[in-house]
Amino acid sequence: MALIGRDTGPVPVSPPGGATGRVSLPRRVADFGRSNATGIWRWTGWTAAAVPLAALTFTVVILLVKAWPSIRVNGGFFLTGSAWKPGNTYGATVHTHGVAHPLGSSYGAWPLIVGTLQTSAIAVVIALPVSLGAAFALTERLPSWLSRPLGFAVEILAGIPSVIIGLWGVLTLGPYLAQHVYPPIADHMPDVPVLRYFRNPVGHGEGLATSGIVLALMIIPIITATTRDLFVQVPRLPKEGATALGMTESEVARRVTIPWVRSGIIGATVLGLGRALGETIAVAMVSGAALNTIAPNIYGTMGTIAAAIVTQLDSAYTDGTGFAVSALAEAALVLAVITIAANVIARVIINRTSRNGAPVGRGV
Amino acid sequence: MSTMTTDFTDTRGRRARQQIFRGLTLLALVLVVAPAAWILIGVVARAVPTWQWSVLWTPTSGAGGGLSQDIVGTLVLMFGVLLVAGTLGLLAGIYLSEMAAPTRSGRPGARLFRSATEVLSGVPSITLGFVAYVALVVGLHWGFSLLPAVLVLSVMVIPYIAKSTETALSKVPTGYREGAEALGMSPAYALRKIVIRSAIPGVVTGLLLALAIAGGETAPLLLTAGNTSSYPTGALLHQPIGYLTYPVWTFYNYPSEQAHHLAYDAALILVVLVMVLLVASRLIVARTQRHAEGGRA
Repeated sequence: MALIGRDTGPVPVSPPGGATGRVSLPRRVADFGRSNATGIWRWTGWTAAAVPLAALTFTVVILLVKAWPSIRVNGGFFLTGSAWKPGNTYGATVHTHGVAHPLGSSYGAWPLIVGTLQTSAIAVVIALPVSLGAAFALTERLPSWLSRPLGFAVEILAGIPSVIIGLWGVLTLGPYLAQHVYPPIADHMPDVPVLRYFRNPVGHGEGLATSGIVLALMIIPIITATTRDLFVQVPRLPKEGATALGMTESEVARRVTIPWVRSGIIGATVLGLGRALGETIAVAMVSGAALNTIAPNIYGTMGTIAAAIVTQLDSAYTDGTGFAVSALAEAALVLAVITIAANVIARVIINRTSRNGAPVGRGV
Repeated sequence: MSTMTTDFTDTRGRRARQQIFRGLTLLALVLVVAPAAWILIGVVARAVPTWQWSVLWTPTSGAGGGLSQDIVGTLVLMFGVLLVAGTLGLLAGIYLSEMAAPTRSGRPGARLFRSATEVLSGVPSITLGFVAYVALVVGLHWGFSLLPAVLVLSVMVIPYIAKSTETALSKVPTGYREGAEALGMSPAYALRKIVIRSAIPGVVTGLLLALAIAGGETAPLLLTAGNTSSYPTGALLHQPIGYLTYPVWTFYNYPSEQAHHLAYDAALILVVLVMVLLVASRLIVARTQRHAEGGRA
């Protein structure tokens, strides 16, 4: 105790085991246990982080294996043909290229591919401006006592299960649109090349237009939430500087805020697009789930790949050769390729736009 | 009007465009909020007039009866997802945030795992359900049962949990970690006692949202859990399990009125479940913001 307060110089530290360096066995075991706690976290964490990769690989492998018979037999026709024919599943089995399949079966998924791309395109075209506008309203315009509950409303829309949105689409929105919204539009459309697509017949509300609107509703929360978070991160100074220069709010939005977060908006849109491409249940309920039809006008019934898979899988198993299941596997593969391609294209766009210099100051 | 130049002397035009912009953004917000309200009101309006509390404790028989086995089934599935995806997603998020060494150019580490997680979150749920059906239910002869359903839901939801865990951990101030190291704590100890503990609200929010997503899924469950009118027995294989989205999907266009009622009732219970989870996660966020340094109440 007499040493307190008195500087006696550096304290010599003896290495573990003393000058000879030999450590006792209990000490070595204790050291091993203590230092490996981090090792356990790292090890289990690595395994857990590898699970998505493993699941992804497993999915692709299973899809390829299951789709192979269909790829062999249908070939390019799968992507261009318009006939989804299971053939005579009670009849004879024929062999093409060594693959057994029912007589008369041939699968062409072109209408499904078109339906998928159409519904998703309509959804994104509707959702993008609405989401951006809503995000602006939430972040710039409203006082926080209003923007919090309204922001929560957006979260609720995101959380509503898709089957309930589909139910609402079939029972409420579809009939409403078919009775009150589509007829005025369809009745007044001239018979002119592009607008011809919007003419009668209007149907009962199940079809391409309603599917696009329902899908838009499902991806709006995704884009809105992400964009709102991005807008909040835009630094105040450039916006205030623009306002000080006399720009109106809309000009600040267009020339400062949006360029600042442009790549984030593209990313959010692609996220929404991915959701739209893969949405199964709501579209199956609202589109009419047709297999061989491309919608003749914007109100017509059609089908998407995802809707076809969910409605056809049960009956596909009645095909004893497994060919019908293989066709669905190939359809799932095509859908996966489309989704991944959209993702990759978006990343390329994002990388290219974010490499340019300061986003502010161009185009004023 | 060219997009690259604005005539800044045209004050009236600029003011007009500003007003239009203001109106359009508010309209957009209404277009987002109104359908949400419309859907919720629609579900409640259809379910409440014919609501019977016995629906909550009577199992389904044919196209009538109640929904109790589906409610229990959904809760059991959510619990399973919490166990599997919660653990794996948490560990993955911790690894990606704390332990994956950054690349030499300074970008975050474990890029292959990160990219795989992002791609996985974009794979449609029907595709995962299809693969699970083909490989597990039929391929491994597990039949419609709890294990393939929990596995496919977990795989769907792990990317969300991993990402939200990673975000929550990244918000923990570096000062905490540095202080822990300065005090001589081992990395594992600091992780357990300091870092993770501070990130718990964010992690729990992510878990609740993931549960809401899993509980609302239909397509993968149609292909892995099948359907039944008996309560889950705890068997992992060969025993189908009911879930709340099934009656909504199948009963809504049955010809019987009773089936319709069950569909609306299931929709109502689902909405209530999801709302509970969403409100809970919002409350947790609000509470932490109040206690956080510099947070606003």
